[in-house]
This record gives sequence, C-alpha cells and structure tokens, in this order.
Amino acid sequence: MSYPQYFLEATYLIASILFVLGLRSLSHPDTARRGMIMAAAGMTAAVVGTLFHPDIHNYLYIVIGLIVGSAIGIPMAMVPMTAMPQRTALSHAFGALAASMVGIAEYVIHGANMGGVKSAALGLEVMLGALTTTGSLIAAAKLQEMMRGTPIMFKGQHIFNLLLFLTMAGCYIGWEFNPGMAILFYSMIGCALIFGVMLVLPIGAADMPVVMSLLNSYAGLSSAATGFVLSNNVLIIAGTLDGFSGFILSILMCKAMNRSITNVLFGGFGSVIATDTGAVGGTMREVTLDDVAVQLAYANQVVFVPGYGMATAQAQHAVRELGNLLEERGVAVKYGIHPVAGRMPGHMNVLLAEANVPYSQLYEMEQINPEMPQTDVAVVIGANDVVNPDARDNPKSPIAGMPIIEVDRAKSVIVLKRGKGKGFSGLENPLFFKNVTGMLYGDAKSSLTNLAQAVQKV
Amino acid sequence: MTHLLFQPTALIASLYMLAGQESQGAAEKLAFNPAVLIASLYVFALAAFLGYQVISRVPPLLHTPLMSATNAISGISLIGSLVIAGSRYGHHQVLASILGCAAVTSAMINVTGGFLITDRMLKMFRKKEAIKTEEHK
Repeated sequence: MSYPQYFLEATYLIASILFVLGLRSLSHPDTARRGMIMAAAGMTAAVVGTLFHPDIHNYLYIVIGLIVGSAIGIPMAMVPMTAMPQRTALSHAFGALAASMVGIAEYVIHGANMGGVKSAALGLEVMLGALTTTGSLIAAAKLQEMMRGTPIMFKGQHIFNLLLFLTMAGCYIGWEFNPGMAILFYSMIGCALIFGVMLVLPIGAADMPVVMSLLNSYAGLSSAATGFVLSNNVLIIAGTLDGFSGFILSILMCKAMNRSITNVLFGGFGSVIATDTGAVGGTMREVTLDDVAVQLAYANQVVFVPGYGMATAQAQHAVRELGNLLEERGVAVKYGIHPVAGRMPGHMNVLLAEANVPYSQLYEMEQINPEMPQTDVAVVIGANDVVNPDARDNPKSPIAGMPIIEVDRAKSVIVLKRGKGKGFSGLENPLFFKNVTGMLYGDAKSSLTNLAQAVQKV
Repeated sequence: MTHLLFQPTALIASLYMLAGQESQGAAEKLAFNPAVLIASLYVFALAAFLGYQVISRVPPLLHTPLMSATNAISGISLIGSLVIAGSRYGHHQVLASILGCAAVTSAMINVTGGFLITDRMLKMFRKKEAIKTEEHK
C-alpha cells in the first residue's frame, strides 16, 4: 500500500469510530447534538480522504454530483416538522438509489469477472436497493397524500407478489451462476422495482411507522452489501448500523401494535374491518368549550394525548399555549406519547419539541399509564386507536392486545375530534361512549386556541 | 422492463443482444480473496452486535432523529460513488461516469440533508430552564 492509501484507511477508521460514538450520544437529548457533530466530522474526514484515492483522475463528475446533491439536500433539510415522515421516506429512496447505482456501475465495469462471493453481494445490494427505492417513493406519495392512504388491494395480489418474488429470486440465482447473462441481472432489477411498489401498496397509512422502519433497514443493508462488494469496512459498519437501527425500530413498532411484521406487510389492515366489535352501546356526550375550560383550569393534573390528528391540524403550538396557561395556574401538565402515534417512530415528540414543549414533559406510554388514575383530565387530540379500550377489553377486536394509553382510567376524558365519524382504521371506539368521556367537536387547532382563551377568563 | 416479461420474442431477442456484449477477461484478478471475505464477515457481525447495543439505548423520545441520523450516516456510500465517478476505465467510461455522478448526487442529498435536519431537530429538544430563559429574552 502507498502512503495515500494508508491515509485513506485511517480516515475510514476514524469515521467508523465517530459514527458509533455519534449514535451512542443519541441515548440522551443533552448529548445528542454534540454526538451528531462528531458523526458529521467523521463523514467529512472519510469524504476528504476518498478525494485523494489513487484511482480518481477526473473530478468533473464528482464536483457536479456534490453540488447538485447539496443543492437538493439543503432545501430538503428545511421542511416543516409535520412533513418529516415523507421527507424521511424520500431520503430512504435516495440512499437506496445511491447503493443500487454503485452496484450497477460495478457490474457495468467488471462484468462477469467478479467471482461468486462478490457478485452474490452485488446482486443483494442492487435487489434491496431497487425495491427500497420504489417502495420508499410509494410510501412518500402516500404520506404526502398524493395517493390515497388506505390499503390498495386487488384480487390475486398475494399470488402475483409470490410469483414476482420467485421470478426475482430465480433471476438472482440464475445470474449468480451465469454472471455473463446481463439480461438476468437487469430482469432482477425490474422485478425488484415492481416488488417494492407491490410491497407498500397494500399498507395503510396507520401502519406507516413499521414500513418506514423496515425501509430504513433495507436501505442500510443495501449499503452494507456495497461494503462487501467494494471490500470497504466503513461502508459495512455504517450500513449495518443503519440496517439494525431500522430493524430494531420495526420490532418496537410491531410490539406497540401487538402485530407481527408479516401481518403488517400482508394483512392489508384497515381495509375491510367487519364491525365485529359488538354492540357499542350508548350515546356520545357532547361538551361545551366553557365546561372544558373550567374543568381544565381547576384540575391538579392534565395529560394531553396527541395522535396524527394533531399533526394534520398543525395544532402542536396551540396545545403548548394551552399547556403553558394551565401551568401558570399551577396545574401539572404532561404529554403521553404512544410509540406508534403519528406516521413514523417518534413523530409526536418532534412536533411537540418544535412547539417548545420541554422534553421532561414528554412521557412514554409505560411512564404515563400508572399516572392515569391520579389524572383529573386527559385530553385526546386527534388520536383514536392508541386510546381504544377495546384493545385491552375485547379479545375479538382487530386490535386486541395492542398496548394503549389508558385515558379511560383518568377521572375525566375530553376527546377533540373533527366529526362524529369513525377513526382512521374504521374501528368503533367505545371510549367515546363512556360516562367519563366528553366530546368536543371541531378543528383541533381552533378548539385548543378557543380553550386557551376560555381558560384565561375562568 | 415489464413489457419484456410479457413478450417472449422481445425477451429472447434482448437476451441475445445483451449476452453478446460480454467478454471474458482476467477473472482471477478481481475474484474475492477468502481472507478478505472472512474479515468482512467479522466486521459485519461485530457491527451488528454493536448496533444492537447502541441503538436499543436510544429512548423513543429521539426515534425520529435516530432515523434521520442513521440515514445520514449510511450516506457513506458516497465514498464508493466518488471512486466510480472519478475513475478511468478501459470501456463503458460514459455509462460508469453517469451512474457514478447520479450515485454521488443521491448520496450527497442524504449526507447534507440528513445531518442538517437531524441537528435542526435535536436543537428543539430542550430542558424547561433553557426554554424559559429564551422566552424571557
């Protein structure tokens, strides 16, 4: 090895260490920012080191790519926090696209001369990359509401997907044994592109946290496979970290819905739902703004439980203002966050943090549930399934066994809801019919703003 | 690509066309060295273990920043793209350069966008005292 190459390997080693330290620092919000600056420094070191790679002769395409990439990347970092899910889905697509481009280029350059192991890794890289690219684009379109969010199913879907998968796998294996047959390689890519679309089409918007995590995982593993192809350790390390992070998140999200990954991927949840929830009896009790304001103002403890409805209504700032007013009156204000509330892991936390809610007031489900009996008022903002007591009480319910935030154990519950209709999954929610529950209809944001005004007058 | 799957004649024709382009070269030089493969597998296994340990300690509070951070970090495939975009090849130069350039672009989107938005998010997670002092300013 020559001196520049030792230098190169040194920067890669430093980058690997800094990446791990950076992710480690994410275990606490106080250290997280410093850690990410370290990770960014590691990335800079690796990139600068690579620019001195002995094989690089022509910097034109590199400079073009770096400039265009930054020109797209910087505006993408400025999106509002409510658009985080679709932005993240798009960046999964770009990550996977980069990995598959590298793979295709390697095949174009070296052709059949790569040897079995390398081409096996390359095939995996390109296959995962291609299906993640299209899958993430569909996910982004669903989240941006350019496509309808409900599951899209058709007759024979499972058979079609199975055949598609077998064709893709067949092309992969066939190409592995005949690496000269470029047609097999490109057919595999074609199948993978379609397969990615088919994978995400039947998934409902409420299941997006799982899909986002899975796509994250695939994009990472695709990068790791690139590392095997190029025999580059920093790529293997960074890709594996990304892959496992996504994998762990998808398991956590599935646990939070009490469902298996196969059920999420192939279930088409939220599409049919025969109403086997039994006779949900009773009437919903509508409450007036002033009643709620008095209740809130004289409470000892109030817990807000946000859901995706808070994000669509852009109500996070209004919640915080109401919360501040209550705190000034001596009310203890807490926020109970369900792991799958929103459209991606941690979505609600980011929105509330953006609205200046200190992180010490954001409680996880396991932390807030024991506090519910001492809570005077629980305010549900645009959440439905995550507070549905059927999940706990009715074993026949489609969401039976899903852990919930037990707002019905609070002394009083106020549900902010746009109309009387069912929630996103189409499930009837017995919470709305309970005696402790009062319904406050209307747009969440204006309801909360009006509540804040009413509280000031109390 | 789909039309190829449904039109057998087109499929066979393109099969001949593409298969004809391949040429046999010095296969030995590029083949994978078993020692390298084993070392790579060690790195993979250890990184997986380390990833599990590190990432299970991230609280749900920071799951969104975690996702964008790992996304930014996996933009490290940028270094593979840089070499492809800048190297000289005997043949397929144009195609390789274009693919390399596109790969550099997409990886760079994730690197700049990912690190910037992660920082922007993490800046928002603050203690109560920090928010109070800022509001009094």
